[in-house]
Amino acid sequence: MKSVAENYRYIGKAMPRMDGQEIVTGKTAFLDDLKFHNLLIGKVLRSPHPHAMIKRIDTSKAEQLKGVKAIITHETAPDWKGGLPPIRLLDRKVRYVGDVVALIAAETERIADQAKRLINVEYEILPAVFDDYEAMKPGAIQLYDDLPGNILPLGSDEISGATWATEIVTGDVEKGFAEADAIIEGGFAYDNIPNPISIESPAAVALWEEPDKVTLWVSNHKVWNNKRLLSPIFGDKVQIRIIGGACGGSYGAKAMSWQVQCYAAALSKATGQPVKVIFSKEEQLGCFILRPATRLNAKVGMQKDGTVTAVAGSWLVGTGYYSRTTQIQIAVGCGEAMIAVRCNNWNVKPSIVCTNRNASGIVRGFGGQELKCALIPLLSLAMEKLSLDPFEVLKKNFVKPGDGYFWRNAAWYNYRGIDYSRAMDEGAKTFGWKEKWKGWLKPTAVEGTKHIGVGVGVHGNADVGEDMSEAYVRIDNDGRVVVISGLTEHGTGQRSNVVKAVAEVLQLPLEFISITPGDTLVTPVEWGPAGSRGTYAILGAAISAADDAKKKLFQLAAPMLGTDNFEDLETADGIIWLKSDPEKRIDWKKVLKFRTVIGHGRFDEDFSLSNCMMSFVELQVDTETGKIDLLRVVNATDVGKVIDPHGLEGQLNGCLGSAGIDSAIFEETILDPTTGCILNTNLIDYKWRTSAELPVIENVVLETPIDSHRFHALGIGEISTSPGPSAVLMAASNAIGQWLHEYPVTPERVLKTLGKSMEKKQGGSL
Amino acid sequence: MTRQEKKFSGSALEGKHHINLTVNGQLYELAIGTGAGKVNPSDTLSFTLRETLGLTGTKVSCDSGACGGCTVIMDGRAVLSCMLLSIECDEKEITTIEGLKNPKTGELDPLQQSFIDHTAFQCGFCTPGMIMSSKALLNDNPSPTEEEVKEALSGNFCRCISHYQIVRAVMAVSGKGK
Repeated sequence: MKSVAENYRYIGKAMPRMDGQEIVTGKTAFLDDLKFHNLLIGKVLRSPHPHAMIKRIDTSKAEQLKGVKAIITHETAPDWKGGLPPIRLLDRKVRYVGDVVALIAAETERIADQAKRLINVEYEILPAVFDDYEAMKPGAIQLYDDLPGNILPLGSDEISGATWATEIVTGDVEKGFAEADAIIEGGFAYDNIPNPISIESPAAVALWEEPDKVTLWVSNHKVWNNKRLLSPIFGDKVQIRIIGGACGGSYGAKAMSWQVQCYAAALSKATGQPVKVIFSKEEQLGCFILRPATRLNAKVGMQKDGTVTAVAGSWLVGTGYYSRTTQIQIAVGCGEAMIAVRCNNWNVKPSIVCTNRNASGIVRGFGGQELKCALIPLLSLAMEKLSLDPFEVLKKNFVKPGDGYFWRNAAWYNYRGIDYSRAMDEGAKTFGWKEKWKGWLKPTAVEGTKHIGVGVGVHGNADVGEDMSEAYVRIDNDGRVVVISGLTEHGTGQRSNVVKAVAEVLQLPLEFISITPGDTLVTPVEWGPAGSRGTYAILGAAISAADDAKKKLFQLAAPMLGTDNFEDLETADGIIWLKSDPEKRIDWKKVLKFRTVIGHGRFDEDFSLSNCMMSFVELQVDTETGKIDLLRVVNATDVGKVIDPHGLEGQLNGCLGSAGIDSAIFEETILDPTTGCILNTNLIDYKWRTSAELPVIENVVLETPIDSHRFHALGIGEISTSPGPSAVLMAASNAIGQWLHEYPVTPERVLKTLGKSMEKKQGGSL
Repeated sequence: MTRQEKKFSGSALEGKHHINLTVNGQLYELAIGTGAGKVNPSDTLSFTLRETLGLTGTKVSCDSGACGGCTVIMDGRAVLSCMLLSIECDEKEITTIEGLKNPKTGELDPLQQSFIDHTAFQCGFCTPGMIMSSKALLNDNPSPTEEEVKEALSGNFCRCISHYQIVRAVMAVSGKGK
C-alpha cells in the first residue's frame, strides 16, 4: 500500500459538530418540533388480543365526537401492503397484542384519544402461538392462510427483488469433522428480543395532496430508502417526497418506519390536512421493531491449534408476526459468521418463523450480532475441550487478506482489507488479557461471594461498502459551496464529516460549506447511514463529487492561468494557482463570475472490505445475589484513519446501549407466554443503564491505512454493540465456573445455574 | 361559579382565572381554560412550554417521568416537566434550555459550550434535559465530583451512550462556579 500523506487540515481533527450550537440551545428541530398549518393528530387503536378476527367494528359514536376528522378501519383503509408475507396496513385479522385496528385523525391529541375509546370492536378470538419452536410444529396455529408451518421463505425481499444468501453451505462438513480434534454439539439462544429504543419515538407527518402527491416529514436516517419502501405500497402513480431532519436516535430500527408513515399518509389522504402520528413510548416498546430472536443448534469441529474444521447446524430466527428485513439480516449474519470464523466446511441452514408477537427487524448488529451471540459460545465449548485461549482462537479465525466469504447476495468476495491481528493484540494488552485469563470456567479473582470473570468477543461486517450513495458538490459564484446530499443526521456526526471531507478536498474553510437538508425532492440518491457505511460509502460519494467539482472549476481556470491542463493547478482558500508558478493565481470568484459548477459523485457497493471490533469485558458476579456488575470494557479496532475522534468515541461507547452489551446483562423484552402481552412497555420496567452504573470503557483505535478512498478510512459505529454480549456470557460463565446458556444473564439465571433457587425468596407466606 | 372554577375550590387556585409563569425571565399570564393560548387544567408543564409558549427546546420522550428528556429548572431545582401540571406551577420561575444563553450578549452558558467542545451528544435529543439536569446540579453545587455528576444525571436516558462525554463536559466546568 502506498504511503499516505497525513497532513490533513480537517480529517482526524476533533472539531465542533456543525449542528452543535443548535443541539445545546434546543434549537434543533426534531419532527415533533416542526410547525404545520391545520395539523391534525393521528392515533392508532390497537388490538388487545394476540390473534383475532375483527367481527364487527362500530366507529359511529367516535365519528360524532367534535374535532374528529377521520377514522379508518380495515373496511375503509387503502389497500396498501408491505412486508413478508405482504400484510395490509389495516387487516381484518390482528396478529399480535398491539396490532392496528383503527386509525383516528382529530384536531387534538385529547380528542383522538377520546375517539379511540368510543370505537366498539367485536373480536372473534383465535388461539395464538408465541414460541418459535411451537409455531413450526405440525398442527400449530397458523398466522396466515398461505404460510404453512408459519415458515417464511428465504432469499428474497419484496422491495428490491434482490436475491439474498439463504444459508452457509461450502466445503464438506463430514470431511471437516473427520479432521477435528474436538467435536462439540449444542445449542445457544439469543432470544430475549431487546428493543433499541431511540429516545425520540417513531413518528411521521404526512400531507397528501389529491390526487397523487404525498409529502412526508420523517424522523429517520434513510429518506431515500423510505421513498423506495413506500413507492410500491402507494403505487407508481403517486409522487412521493420525503423530507428528513434531525433524527433522535434510530440504531437501525427507524429505517423500518413504513407503517407509521403510512398511518399518517392514509389519514392525510382521508382528511386533506397534514397529519402527525407519534408513537408513545408504550407503542414503541410494544409495537415497534425488536431484535430478531436467535436459536442456534449446531455441531462444531476444531483442531488443537484452533483451526475450525466444520460448522453444521440449524439457525432458527423468530421474526414475530411478519418480516420486512429478516431475510436480509440472515444473509448478512451468515456472511459475518464467515468473516469471524475462517472455516472451509460449513452447513448452516437458517429458517424464519412467524409468531403472534410484534415484529423483529433492523437493529444495529443486523443479523450478525444475533448469530454471533450463539455461535461464539458454541465455539467456546470446543475451545474449552481443547484448553484453548479464546482470544487467540478468535484472533486466528478472523478474516485475513487473501481469504474470502460469501456475502449477503450469495456472491463470493475476496477480502482485500487489512489484518486486524495487531488491533486485537493492542486491545488484549490494554485489557491485560494474559494476566486475567485463567482458563475456561475459572474466575480471574474471587473475594467472598464476588467472582470476577473475563470474556472476549469479535465481530466484523462487510456492509461497510453496502449499496449506493450519490452527492453533488455545487460551487457557487460567491466562492461558497453547497453539498447536495440526502443524508440526515442521526447521531454519528456524519453530516459534519461530509462537510469536513469536502472541505479537505477543496481546501476551504468549513464555514464556506453548507449541506442541504435530506430531501428527496432536491438531493440525489443516498442509501443513508447503515452497516457503518457512512465513512466509506457516503464520504466516498462526497469526495468524488468534490473532486469532480474541483476538476470542472480547474478546467475553467486553466486557460486563465495560461495552461491547457487542469492538472497543473492547485487550490486552497478560494484561490487557484499554477503548481509550477504559484505567483500565477486567480480567485474562484473571478473564475466563476456568474456561473455555478456542479460536481457529481457516486459510490457503488463493494463488499470486499470488512471492519472489525473485538470487545474484552471484565465483570463481577455476586454468587449470593446473582447480580452482575460490568466493571470494564476494552474495545479494539482499526479504522484505517480516524475522521472524527469525538464522534468515533461516542459510537464505540455505544457498545452498551441500544440492545448491545446490556442485552446480555439485563435488557430484554418480556412477553407473557400466556397472553402475548409485552409486560415491560415503559422506561421503568424496561431496564436501561444509567450514568450511575457506568463501567470503565477504553477504546483502542489503530490507524493502518485501508484501501477504501483517499482518506483510507473505514466505518465502525454500527457494530460496536455486537462483540460484547457473547463476551459477557463467556465472562459470567468463567466467573461462576459453569456454562450459562441464556441471555440476559439475570440474577435468577445465575442462581439457577449455581443450583440456588430463588423461590424461597419470592413472595411471603404466613 | 362556573364548573371550571368549582374544580379548584379548596385549592390555592380557588377563584383564579389565570396562572403566572415566569419562563426564562419573562412573565406569562396564562388564562385557565380550553382553547388556543390557554392552560387546560390537565396540561402538563412540558405541553404548556412546547405547545402554548412555543419553547420546543424542552423534549418529551416517555411523557411519564422515566427518561429525564423534559427536564427544566423550576425555582432552582431540576424537575420533570412532563410530570407537573401547569396549573401547579403558578407563580413559579422556570428556566428552559432556551434561557441558558446570556440574554444580553447572546453568549452560550459555559456548560453549553463545554457540551459542544466535548461533543457531549450524538443524536442530541436527550441533550437539553442533560444540560438542564447538569445546570441544576452546578447551581446547587458548583464543584461536583465525577460521582456526584453521574448521580445527578442518573435519571436522564441516553441511548446513544454519550454519558462519558457528558460527564467530561460537566466536569470541565465543575469548580469554575467558585
